[in-house]
Amino acid sequence: MHIIMRNIQKTGLFIFIAGLLVFIGSLSLSNFRLTAEIIDDRIGATTKATYLKKAAETLHITDREYRSKFGFIRDLKISFNKANDLLLADYGFTREDVDRIMAHITTPGVYSEEAVAAAFGNGSIDISRQEKFRGSTSWMASQTYHNNAALRKAMEQKLPDLNQEVLQGVGFQGYALSEYTFKITKSASEGILTDHLRAIFILSFLGTILGALLFIVPQFKEGPPGIKNNGIFHHPATNRGWLGMIVGGMLILFYIFLYWFPEYITNWTLLLDPVKKWLGGPDAEADRWFLYGFLYTLVMLVMGIRMFAKYRGNAYQMVRTTSVLFFQTGFAFIIPEIMARFNLPARDLKNAWPLDYTGFYDYNLEALTTGGGTGKAILFWMIGLAVIVVPVMVYFFGKRWYCSWVCGCGGLAETLGDPYRQLSDKSLKSWKIERWMVYSVMVFVYLMTLAVVYTYLPTAEQATPDKWFTKGNFIALIWVAMAIGMGLLFYWQKQRERFSKKTFLTMMGISGAVLMVIGISHFVLKAENLFFFNSYQVRAWYGFLIGSAFAGVVGTGFYPLMGNRVWCRFGCPLAAFMGLIQRIKSRFRITTNGGQCISCGNCSTYCEMGIDVRAYAQRGQNIVRSSCVGCGVCSAVCPRGVLKLENGPDNPERIQENPIIIGNDGVALNLKNSGK
Amino acid sequence: MEHIVIIGNGISGITAARHIRKRSNHRITVISAETDHFFSRTALMYIYMGHMKYENTKPYEDHFWKKNRIDLKRAYVKRVDTDNKAVIFSDNSAMDYDALVLAVGSKSNKFGWPGQDLEGVQGLYSFQDLQTMEHHTKAGVKRAVLIGGGLIGVEMAEMLHSRGIDVTFLVRENRFWGNVLPKEEGELITRHLREHHVDLRMETELKAILPDKNGRVRAVVTHKEQEIECQFVGLTAGVSPNIAFLKNSKIETQRGIMVNRYLETNIPGVYAIGDCAFFREAPPGRRPLEQVWYTGRMMGETVAQTLTGNRKMYEPGSWFNSAKFFDIEYQTYGTVNANPAASEAVFYWEHPNGKKCVKMIFDKSSEKFLGINVFGIRMRHEIFDKWLREEQNIDHVMTHLADANFDPELYRRYEKDILRKFNQENHKNLSGQPKSRTRIFG
Repeated sequence: MHIIMRNIQKTGLFIFIAGLLVFIGSLSLSNFRLTAEIIDDRIGATTKATYLKKAAETLHITDREYRSKFGFIRDLKISFNKANDLLLADYGFTREDVDRIMAHITTPGVYSEEAVAAAFGNGSIDISRQEKFRGSTSWMASQTYHNNAALRKAMEQKLPDLNQEVLQGVGFQGYALSEYTFKITKSASEGILTDHLRAIFILSFLGTILGALLFIVPQFKEGPPGIKNNGIFHHPATNRGWLGMIVGGMLILFYIFLYWFPEYITNWTLLLDPVKKWLGGPDAEADRWFLYGFLYTLVMLVMGIRMFAKYRGNAYQMVRTTSVLFFQTGFAFIIPEIMARFNLPARDLKNAWPLDYTGFYDYNLEALTTGGGTGKAILFWMIGLAVIVVPVMVYFFGKRWYCSWVCGCGGLAETLGDPYRQLSDKSLKSWKIERWMVYSVMVFVYLMTLAVVYTYLPTAEQATPDKWFTKGNFIALIWVAMAIGMGLLFYWQKQRERFSKKTFLTMMGISGAVLMVIGISHFVLKAENLFFFNSYQVRAWYGFLIGSAFAGVVGTGFYPLMGNRVWCRFGCPLAAFMGLIQRIKSRFRITTNGGQCISCGNCSTYCEMGIDVRAYAQRGQNIVRSSCVGCGVCSAVCPRGVLKLENGPDNPERIQENPIIIGNDGVALNLKNSGK
Repeated sequence: MEHIVIIGNGISGITAARHIRKRSNHRITVISAETDHFFSRTALMYIYMGHMKYENTKPYEDHFWKKNRIDLKRAYVKRVDTDNKAVIFSDNSAMDYDALVLAVGSKSNKFGWPGQDLEGVQGLYSFQDLQTMEHHTKAGVKRAVLIGGGLIGVEMAEMLHSRGIDVTFLVRENRFWGNVLPKEEGELITRHLREHHVDLRMETELKAILPDKNGRVRAVVTHKEQEIECQFVGLTAGVSPNIAFLKNSKIETQRGIMVNRYLETNIPGVYAIGDCAFFREAPPGRRPLEQVWYTGRMMGETVAQTLTGNRKMYEPGSWFNSAKFFDIEYQTYGTVNANPAASEAVFYWEHPNGKKCVKMIFDKSSEKFLGINVFGIRMRHEIFDKWLREEQNIDHVMTHLADANFDPELYRRYEKDILRKFNQENHKNLSGQPKSRTRIFG
């Protein structure tokens, strides 16, 4: 029996690896051919497309067969540059233009719009160029220049900006450029992959799934139910060994390509087009985010089955795992697809700000406020979720209701990441680093959101009946909200010392400073930017550093190095916020069962958040830590039944700083004012 | 400022050191021949099974000791010279003390079996034992035989099982851990061990261990003259105090280091705590030698009081203990004897799956609740401690059992099933109280 199961598992592993190799190999199964039709199809019949076609033809890239994706993308990028050059040649501005204008200048050093008008011709392009040039130089008329040289210099200095504007209008730049690169590369694929899409889909996806299940399912029959962590620290995959490094390296590479070089993984989206069409309708097409969502959900479901096998004796783990799978599959993956299909704003409705840091960005606010009743309802829900549902639920159940029952990041950590939970660092030092990092990110994302929303909202003068909520309203609302928050904090702290004095003062100090700065900035200085920084630039950096590099590359790629909750522990602003509430005002705690702890260390070892659970348990103290996500694994692996996650009254005994270990009648340890 | 020397860095010695530090400014030295730092002895099995690394079993980070001014010395004490108040190390160097705490623990029992010192035969108590076991079972071990059915035996069985080594378990009694567990519980565990393919041989004693030509174990012979081929033998027939090094000292020893209720030995300024301490007069209702983690910890707490000017008698509260047998957890509160006294009434409930059970003992005439054994269900220590202290009767315990449940949330509860059976057997009509957070959390 045992040998049969082992062989099934070995077969499964073999099939899984084979499937994975097909999946990775499928990236190389395309040839590429750029055609004029593709360009028209992807860019639309616009000036842009015309120039790109011209560029590609001049460079002899069109209709040429590329066997290498790297060569194709290199040449495609050259084409884009060339198209930009051609565009600039026709629409851009040069020193010759300035020369011609200067030739029409009659009074030395005096700018004249007539001169500009005269310098450009009368063709339709010329007129638009002339207007553009005038638009950005007409202010020179009110300036005095010593001589023509000075005027010429002033105009020449405007040239780069003008050309930049031209490129922004009709050229290939920024995010749009990377989207075009991706889409054109995808369309240009032909050959084995596109000819055998179905077969490769089955071999790679069904292969890996089947292989993984063959490996996992026999675990249901591996002895009686009971958590077996046998060999975890002997295995190269789970003990920072070579296998763990390979897995980590592959995950990191995946994220780097996904975020920054998506054009190299277009073949995977081709594989998923049929799935996307099935979900989103015949016009839908898989992009990299669909690929990511699909893989994410798939990996969670398969590894969720592993969770069911491993924790099958533990009802809490079974229900919790079911919950994260449900929220990922339903809320994060399927519902947004369906919403998009019905032309509703597609959103993951469980994704709460500020984890969802883009939720209140201008483009989302714009889409939702102009998106009719549904859009407004969604916006209303997003605000309610972040401001009311999240804190109230944390009060009743601890932050676990979100982190280990609902959250997508948590869901991946609790399924794909479960084999790595023991790798989190438990040292006091890492706890210190954690607190600095996670609360810095939290404060930062709050300020950033404030700044972004502030920038988006109209001033009192710009307000319309549709957009009546002004910058001033917003500042007033934030003031009221923060005052209430600080008042509650003060009241709870006065009730009993829930934070150390230092922590309490820091929190009050930062909040007070923010109140003052936004007040001064808005009312006194009437500044354009709430915190004197450009909110667009800041958010671009946040998206790159925190949203992509930290949450994605480090957050998941480092599973096999630093455990499965690196992001949740060191970076997630929502976890930080909920952690504060969990510590200040919540009914949740992990109860330590009297004197039963034997200090074995299983709880600390398997705490994914790096909490030294044992340090509390062995003193008979409840565990009330901001970072605890309530996964329940400490309780599950405890051999002596010492730990229980539960909700009870928020009384002083919830956090006993000087606990009594019961069992020793002679010595009432640490018991202040003991009657004994 | 006195110099307090503690021999042994297990739970007893370390607890003593920590509490002395909390309460005083004395100079503290903890001596160990075993490891540099305190680790959890109960976690040795998990290192072998790959659940943890040695580092994970250390309850305090290494910087803790310096910060708390607890000096650690790695050395073997070969002799104690109480006349000169000094301990003598194996290299003949010496260290003076003002007070000496002996927390030297135990060693595995060997009852003079032929072949007990062969290569591949060992007990499991110390870190070195673990290393030896790792060495002995590295390769070529197909079957192991364990001698003596107790807690260390079942741990060793689980360890070997995790490495795919078949285990034969020789148990002298007619059920597993028969000197502690009553019949039903013993049978429950016996069934569970068999479910894990442990070859349990009840009422079987070891006669001899046979060597191969290299002096390594080849087989064991039982008293029934059965020969069992094996490549490893675990001696798990209990432990006894580690007192050989005190043989020529003036400290009185018999089965252990003799102490009074204040943990004082016959020599003033010398104390013994933990596994090695043997009470001349045992605390009421307790045995004179109790070798468990919790009693070691409590003795450490007590002796720290005495050494810091608050002479305290060792007064353990209600007995409690816990263990895990493969997948089945066990907890006990109060007194449940292997064989009930004539005055004791017994109530036993077992889940149909045969893996969970509750055994309650109460006084026949007064119906006072005396103790509980529980397998596969977790119970709150504080609630049972309170009930025992308050001398609650069995009816109170039965009706309020929901308060005591400590299983994780969403687990099935069995209070109703248990009460139904209790009502039937005792012709009562009690109805259970729902769980009350007010009663639990105050």
